[in-house]
Amino acid sequence: MQIIIIGCGKVGYTLVNELSGEDHNIVVIDIKEERVRLITDEFDALGIVGNGASNQILKEAGITHTDLLIAVTGSDEQNLLCCIIAKKASNCKTIASVRNPIYNSETDFLRKELDIAMIINPDLASSSEIARIFQFPSAVKIDTFAKGRIELLHFRVAKDSLLNNYDLIHIRNKLNCDVLVCMVKRRDEIIIPKGDFVFREGDVIAIASSPLKLHEFFRKIGISTGRVQTAMIVGGGKISYYLAKRLLASGINTKIIELDVRRCEQLSDLLPNAMIINGDGTDQRLLIQEGLENVDGFAALTGMDEENILLSLFAKHVSRAKVVTKINRITFSSVLSELNLDSITYPRLLTADVITKYARSMNESLDSNVENLYKLEEGKAEALEFYIKEDSAITGIPLADLKIKKNVLVCCIRRGSQIIIPGGQDEFLEEDSVVIVQSGSRLNDIMDILEG
Amino acid sequence: MNFSIVRYIISWLLKFEALFLLLPCLVGFLHSEIRATLAYLATALLCLLSGILLQIKPTRKELYAREGIVSVALSWIIMSIFGAIPYMLSGDIPNYVDALFETVSGFTTTGATILSDVEALSYASLFWRSFTIWLGGMGVFVLILAIHPLMGGSTMNLMRAESPGPSVSKLLPKVKDTAIILYKLYIGFTVFGIVLLCICGLPFFDSITIAFGTIGTGGFGIKNTSMADYSALVQNVVTLLMILSGINFAFYFCLLHRQIKRAFSIEEVRFYLIIIVAATITITLNISHMYPTFGETIQHAFFQVGSIITTTGFSAVDVEVWPQFSKTILLVLMFIGSCAGSTGGGIKVSRLLILLKSFRKELSTMIHPRLVKQIKIDGRNLSQEVLRTTNVFIAMYFIVLLFSMLLISVDNLSFTTNFTAVVAALNNIGTGYELIGPTENFSVYSAFSKFILMFDMLAGRLELFPMLIILVPSCWKRY
Repeated sequence: MQIIIIGCGKVGYTLVNELSGEDHNIVVIDIKEERVRLITDEFDALGIVGNGASNQILKEAGITHTDLLIAVTGSDEQNLLCCIIAKKASNCKTIASVRNPIYNSETDFLRKELDIAMIINPDLASSSEIARIFQFPSAVKIDTFAKGRIELLHFRVAKDSLLNNYDLIHIRNKLNCDVLVCMVKRRDEIIIPKGDFVFREGDVIAIASSPLKLHEFFRKIGISTGRVQTAMIVGGGKISYYLAKRLLASGINTKIIELDVRRCEQLSDLLPNAMIINGDGTDQRLLIQEGLENVDGFAALTGMDEENILLSLFAKHVSRAKVVTKINRITFSSVLSELNLDSITYPRLLTADVITKYARSMNESLDSNVENLYKLEEGKAEALEFYIKEDSAITGIPLADLKIKKNVLVCCIRRGSQIIIPGGQDEFLEEDSVVIVQSGSRLNDIMDILEG
Repeated sequence: MNFSIVRYIISWLLKFEALFLLLPCLVGFLHSEIRATLAYLATALLCLLSGILLQIKPTRKELYAREGIVSVALSWIIMSIFGAIPYMLSGDIPNYVDALFETVSGFTTTGATILSDVEALSYASLFWRSFTIWLGGMGVFVLILAIHPLMGGSTMNLMRAESPGPSVSKLLPKVKDTAIILYKLYIGFTVFGIVLLCICGLPFFDSITIAFGTIGTGGFGIKNTSMADYSALVQNVVTLLMILSGINFAFYFCLLHRQIKRAFSIEEVRFYLIIIVAATITITLNISHMYPTFGETIQHAFFQVGSIITTTGFSAVDVEVWPQFSKTILLVLMFIGSCAGSTGGGIKVSRLLILLKSFRKELSTMIHPRLVKQIKIDGRNLSQEVLRTTNVFIAMYFIVLLFSMLLISVDNLSFTTNFTAVVAALNNIGTGYELIGPTENFSVYSAFSKFILMFDMLAGRLELFPMLIILVPSCWKRY
């Protein structure tokens, strides 16, 4: 695939790092020569110095035969402009990074009108990640797909859990829960479970559902979802704003500590329900005063990585809160893992990760009917999204009557904006998007899920 | 310094050299030269064996600029050391220092020889001589990278160290694809040259060796008289091929992609062609009294200009007898050399262009001290970095030139001989004036001077820095 990446900052660098290992031809564009050189010295990519929004430069980068253009410069407007111009010059797919909250509320409009395949907001993406962690602190990991509408939640079956020695079929029959167990990881083995599967202690189970239904499920199986009730955020940046907004919407009591009075006033204007404290977040007394010891969730989101790490260590020391640390710049991951921090979020890496996923799935869909592809558990299993274009042998028949291959599971059906977690009586219809989880063989078409 | 990666790269180089050595072996076999065939076969096996022995998976895979430069410099030296062995084994050049000189001269596309009687060589050795030029012309690592990926993305550091020019850039996003397209063009040119020379009535073997020598801009002839015995038609074809090979390959890449306007707007290529036309006209006027017809005069002038500016070093007439003015023009052309990104040597037209532009800027700043002006090449601002390395390059170039002259002066030959010998070696031309003139050769020098000249040839081919860097002790420290 031919890929142009505009902007050679941290996100651009991470993208090239991820994508250059695969068989792509990558061209990077940046206005600063030394940043371009940093990338071309290390990776097999062609560097062009210049303004990525210039048609001349894009032509030089070979826009006419490019499949994907990714604009990740520091400026929202430039990113959007790059995408518009690229779109006029060729029919490539475009991805733009846009972080201004004003544009954020208009993402759908921008995407449709400017014909941009994906608009990613790094701050929003990080805040979603943190919010998800606060929602299910007991989760090992949370994947999202089908454009964020479906969550795949990984959690471990504990010894005293109801699920220990529990038949999978009972989840639907007895508990009456609308969730689907997609995948079970038992030691190093990946299992796509059928109805007669029995859970054991230590299994890591991946469950697909919408966030609301997951809560009900966890309540019924008696795992305290332990959803945080109170959260403290240090630092009042964009991520804090998005995060607080999200937490408040789901009824979590949120407190933001911010040093700048002006910003505090802004935040209290934007988030009338949040408690905004004007003060130095690194002041121990202030933190204790504001009840750090009794808080359930703590997020260190200041602009300084070192400060965030120290704050998190302090929070871990004095409270039992679930702690999330934001790290922007530094990359001493081996040292960080020894510090025993709960969860670390890397906004820049996260952005690159989302874009890489898109590029990968696009590469996969070039020569098959797969709309999207997500690798799970280091590629041992994959979730595929198919779009059913027309009536065929597979539509209009209840799933229970279809002969579906072993190791293949219909995970969910997206019909318009509705998400269906399918049971045996559900059926595929024309224009459905179907997510399939499978391990083993390779699927290129929705028809491939059928036996024989 | 990551020695394990350097060793790994050299091991691959040796394996490829073993492969290259099989070609002269085949030539020798076809001409039933038993001793030569065995000599080349034995060397090929030796290379393969050394390559396999050295090939230990590198413990660390980092390949930074330093490792790239050192690998390339060492590889070229090692490649020459192994490449010289068959000359000695086959008995063609019994003295190893002479054999090494001939090999270095070949790989660096210099074309300077120590042989007085070239025609006495076996066919295998004649082929190998020309083939080393062809390999060295585009670069051995470029070829290796086209076939074998070696190490991920950082291999650009290898290519940058080997390819000529002030700022080496890729034509395509991938090193491998760039290397492939370069060699496709190169092979295309060579085949074109061979066919053209065959049509002109040369025997097949002569066509191949001369095409190698011409397209690689090296200039090893297979006759004692170099090109003088060939017909006017052949000489004109060779002139054309030389000049075409001296053009930046980015020019052909643009043509290939039908960007004709962009191709002809490359300032370096335009300047290069202007220099050739101007020099040819001046020399033609200057030597017009020496030849019977105007056609012959212009043919000789054109041939010599093409041969010198592309740093090939073929000779068709004895330039010694030309007037001093013409000889001096040729001497100036020796320094200028061909375009960056071509197979030729010399200072490079693009560096000259950068230098001239910065001169003009400096002079303007003297008149208007607060003048702000960007130097542009092909409509792009030239970075301070490129400007600085260009200046340093030129300064180093003349320091190396002076120092080499000082060292070889111990042989007590005339100033002109010594001066042109160093110029011929450093610019990869291979022919100078007086004792090393077109009809003479480098055998007049002592072994010590030959080593100095070999260093100059390698330094000239690898654009000075790699050869100088390996002389710096701190380069070899582990940190």
